[in-house]
Amino acid sequence: MENHLLSWIVWIPIIGMVAVTLIPRDHSNAIKWTAAAAAGIQLIFALVLLAKFDLTTGDFQMYESAQWIPSLNITYQLGVDGLSLPMVVLTAILFFIGIFVSWKIDKAVKGYFALLLLLDTGIVGVFLSLDFFLFYVFWEVMLLPMYFLIGMWGGPQREYAAIKFFLYTLVGSVLMLIAILALYFTCGQTFDMITIMETASPNLAGVTWWGMDAMKVIWVLLFIGFAIKVPVFPFHTWLPLAHVEAPTAVSVILAGILLKLGAYGLLRVNYSMLPDAVWWFAGAMAILGLINVIWGALCALAQTDIKKLVAYSSINHMGYALIGMAAVIAAGEMNGGNYAAAQAGLNGAVFQMFNHGTISAMLFILVGVIYDRAHHRDINGFGGLASSMPIYSGIVALAFFAGLGLPSLSGFVSEAMCFLGAFPVFRTIVIIATLGILLNAAYFLWAFQRMFLGEMNEKYKDLPEINGRELFTIIPLAVITILFGIYPWPFLKYIGETMNVIIDQVVAIGSMASVM
Amino acid sequence: MSNLQSLYYYWPELILTVTILAGIIADLFYAPKDSGKTMYWILGGLILTAFALKLAADSPVATLFMGSIALDPFAWFFKMLIIAATVIVMLMSSKSTELLNYRVGEYYVLMGIMVFGMFLMVSSIDMIMVYLAIEIVSIMSFVLAGYLKHDLSSNEASLKYVIYGAFSSGIMLYGFSILFGLTGTTKLFEIGPALAAMDSSGNFAIMLSAVFILAGFGYKISAVPFHFWTPDVYQGSPTPITAYLSVAPKAAGFAVLIRFFSAVFGSNNSVMAGLVPVSDVLPWPHILAVVAVITMTLGNLVAIQQESVKRMLAYSSIAHAGYMLMGLPMMSSEGIGAVMLYLVMYLFMNLGAFFIVMYVQTKKDGETFDAFSGLGWEMPLVGIAMTVFMFSLTGIPPTAGFIGKYYLFAAVIKAGPTFYWLAFAGAINSVISLYYYIRVIRHMYLIGERSESIHVPAMMTSILILALAIPTVVLGVYWTPVADWVSNSLVFAFPAM
Repeated sequence: MENHLLSWIVWIPIIGMVAVTLIPRDHSNAIKWTAAAAAGIQLIFALVLLAKFDLTTGDFQMYESAQWIPSLNITYQLGVDGLSLPMVVLTAILFFIGIFVSWKIDKAVKGYFALLLLLDTGIVGVFLSLDFFLFYVFWEVMLLPMYFLIGMWGGPQREYAAIKFFLYTLVGSVLMLIAILALYFTCGQTFDMITIMETASPNLAGVTWWGMDAMKVIWVLLFIGFAIKVPVFPFHTWLPLAHVEAPTAVSVILAGILLKLGAYGLLRVNYSMLPDAVWWFAGAMAILGLINVIWGALCALAQTDIKKLVAYSSINHMGYALIGMAAVIAAGEMNGGNYAAAQAGLNGAVFQMFNHGTISAMLFILVGVIYDRAHHRDINGFGGLASSMPIYSGIVALAFFAGLGLPSLSGFVSEAMCFLGAFPVFRTIVIIATLGILLNAAYFLWAFQRMFLGEMNEKYKDLPEINGRELFTIIPLAVITILFGIYPWPFLKYIGETMNVIIDQVVAIGSMASVM
Repeated sequence: MSNLQSLYYYWPELILTVTILAGIIADLFYAPKDSGKTMYWILGGLILTAFALKLAADSPVATLFMGSIALDPFAWFFKMLIIAATVIVMLMSSKSTELLNYRVGEYYVLMGIMVFGMFLMVSSIDMIMVYLAIEIVSIMSFVLAGYLKHDLSSNEASLKYVIYGAFSSGIMLYGFSILFGLTGTTKLFEIGPALAAMDSSGNFAIMLSAVFILAGFGYKISAVPFHFWTPDVYQGSPTPITAYLSVAPKAAGFAVLIRFFSAVFGSNNSVMAGLVPVSDVLPWPHILAVVAVITMTLGNLVAIQQESVKRMLAYSSIAHAGYMLMGLPMMSSEGIGAVMLYLVMYLFMNLGAFFIVMYVQTKKDGETFDAFSGLGWEMPLVGIAMTVFMFSLTGIPPTAGFIGKYYLFAAVIKAGPTFYWLAFAGAINSVISLYYYIRVIRHMYLIGERSESIHVPAMMTSILILALAIPTVVLGVYWTPVADWVSNSLVFAFPAM
C-alpha cells in the first residue's frame, strides 16, 4: 500500500461504486452508507497523503508507473505535487460531504450514488495522472456521470442543462484531444507529461503551421478546452444553467471541484508544457479574468434566484484566479524581474481555487438547506429569516462574508494575493478589478438583506432550523475558511515549491526571449 | 500460382461453399415453421470456416488462381471480421419477430453466399474478380433487404437498392473498361506500372476512370454523394439485415477500396507509398479528404432530425463511413491500420446498437425515440448496454469507439499540418453526433416514467447483448491485442514480376 497510495485514492470510489451496484435497490440506507464509507476511506487516504507529502521539493512525488499500451507508449502514471495535492484533498473533502448532502435523495438512490462515486474517480484521476492519455480518459469519464446527475436528479430544466453542459465540455475536450495528439507527435510519440514538459518547447520552437506559431495554436486549443471548464467568458453560459438545475450535492461538486479542473489544466498543461506562449497570452488572460470578475458580478447582482446568484459568483471568483495566474510574467526580466509578485500571483491563484472550492461549496449547501424547506429560491420571496432561523442565518452570513472577501476569512487572503501579484504588470486591470470586489460585496450583502433582514415573511415563520446533518456538512468547510483566513501559511507552504517550479519554467523561457 | 495449386490454399472458401450447398439442401427437408433451423447449418459452417482460416493463418503470402486472388494477412483480417459480423447477425436474426411470418431457410443461405462474395471482395486483385465479387454481394443484399415480402417499405428498400446498385456498378464497370482500354490488362498490379509508363495524354482518361471507380466503391461504403440509397434501405430492411449492411459489406467495401487504389494508383513495391500516377492528375488525397468531411457532416446533420432510431442509426452509419475515410487520404500504413481498427470497434458498437433497436421493436412495437422512453428503468440491462453503445458511437472514453477515433485522428495528425483541418472536422463532427446519440439516452432515462417492475430479456438475448457490450467497454481500456492484430495484418500480397 505504501507505494500505491495514489492508486488507492483514485480507485477506492470505483470499488465503492461496484459495491453500491451490488446492493439491492430497495436497501437505500445500505447504499448511502457504503458510498459514505468509500468517500470516507478516500478522505483518510488523502489525509495520509497530506502527512506523507514532502514539502521541500516542487517535483512530483509518490510516483507510480505501469505499462498500459506499449505500442503507443501509453502508460499508467500517477504523481502528486504541490499543485495537485490541495485539489485532491479538496476533492476528497467535498465528496465526503457531498454524500451526506445527498442524504435525502429518494429517486433511484443506487444510480445516484454509483454515479457520484464514478465522478469522484474521474476527478481525482485527472488531478493525479501524469500520462496525457490517462489524463484525457479521466477527463472524459467525468462527463457521463455529470450528464446523468444533472439530467436525472436536477430541476425542471434539467435535460436542457445537462445536454448543454455535455456539448460545451465535449467541444473543449475534442480540441484538447487534437492538441494532445499534436504534442504527442512533436515530442517523440510519448504521452508522458513530464517528458512533454521538458521537450515540447524546444521541439516546437520555430515550427509554424499555416503561418502561425505551432506553439500558439496548440496553446489556444488547450486554453479553449480548459477555459470552457473554468469557465472563462465567453464560454461560461453553460454554468449558471447547470448549477441551477443540478441537485445540491452536484452543484457543490461542480462549483467546488469541476471548475478547478479547468484552472488546474491551465497550470499543469498550458503553463508547464508551453511556457513560451504564456508570455504571449498572459495579457489576454488578465483581460479575460477582468471580464469574468466584472461580468460575473454584474450578472450576480441582477439575479433573483439565490442559486443563480451563487453560480455567477463562481464566474466572478474564478476571474480573480485568472488574474493571479497571468501575474506570473511579472518575474520576467522585461517586467522588472519581480519574482515575488509572480509568486504572490500564482500562489494566490491556486489558493483562490481552493478557497472558492470551500466557500462555494458552503454557499451551495446553504442554498440547498433553504430550498429543502421553502421549495423555492426566490430571493425576494423571503425576508426576516434571521429571526426564524438564527443559526442558519449566522452561517449564511459567514459564507457570504467569505464570498465577498472579508478580511480574516480565506477568500480575502487569496484575492489580495492575486491582486498583489498582478499589480506590477497589469496595473489598470487590477484597479478595475478591485471594483469587482465592490460589486461582489454589493450582491452578497443585498441578497442577505432581502432574505434575512427586514419584514418577516409570515409564510416562513415556522421553518425548522438547520439540522445536525446539515451542520455536519457545513462546519468543516467553515472551519477551513476561518482557519486559512487567519493563518494561510500552512497552505502556502504546501504549494509554494511547486509554484516556484512553474514560475521558473516560465521565466527561463522569458529571459531567453528577452536576450534574443 | 496455377489453379490446381491454388485450391490447396483455398480450402476455407471451399468449406464455405460446401456449407452453402448443404444449407440449401437441408432447407428442402424442413417444414416452413422449422426452416429457421437452416441457420444452424450455416452457422456451423461459418465456424468451421473460421477454424480453417485460423489453421491457414500461417500460409504464405501469395496470389492464387493465376493472379486474381490475393492470399495475405490483409484479406485474412477482413475475412475474420466478416465471419464475426455474420455470426452475430445470424444470432440476432433468430430473435427477430419481423422474420417470423416468412420461411427463413433461404435467408440464412443468402447470408452465407454474401459471406462468400465478401471473401472474394477483400481478396480479389483482378478487375473482373472485383466486379464479380461486388455483384455477388450486392445481389444478395437486394434480396435480403426486400425479405419482408408483405411489407411495403421493405419492398421499396429492395427496389431502391437495386436501382442505385445497378447504376453505380454500371458506372464502376465503365471506369474499369477505361482502365482496361488504357493498359490492356485486368490485373491490378499490372495496371499500376502500365499507367506509370504512360505519357500525359491519357491523364484525362485516368482521371475519369478513377472518379467512376470511386463512385462504385463509394456506393458500397455509402460515402456522400453516393449515399442516397442508405437511409431508405436501412429503414425498410429487416433490422438484422440493416445491421449487417452497415457493418460487413461496408468493411469489405473499405478493403476493396484500399486494395484497389493502392495497387492501381499507388507505387508498386510499397503499399500506399503515394498515388504516383494519378496524384499528378488529380489532387487525389484532398478529394478523399473532402469526401470524408462531407460524408460525416451530412450524415450527422441529417441524423439529428430523425424521429426513428433505426433511421438515425442509418445516417449515423454514413457519418461513420466518413470518419473511416479520414484514414485514407494520408496514404500511410497508420491510416489504413486506423481504418481496420475502427472497423473492429465499429462491429461491436454498431451491431450492438442495432440489436437493441431490434429488441425494442419486438417489445415496444416501434423504433421511434418515443419507444425508448423510460426503457432504462424498465430494462436495466438493455438501457445500460444501449448507453454504452451510444457513448461508444460518439467516441467518448473509455469505450471502443473512442479508441477507434483516436487512431484515426492520430493517423491524420501524424501526417503533418496539411490535413489538420481534417482532424478538426472529425472532432467537431464527434460533438455534433453526441446530440443525437444522447437523445436516445435522454429518452431511456430522463423522459418517461420510472417503472417499478423490471424486465429481464431472455437468456440468449442477454448473452448476446453482453457479448457485444462488454467488448465495447473492454476494448476501450485495453486494445493491445486488436492493435497487434491490425499491425500484423498490414501485409499485402504482390505477384512476383
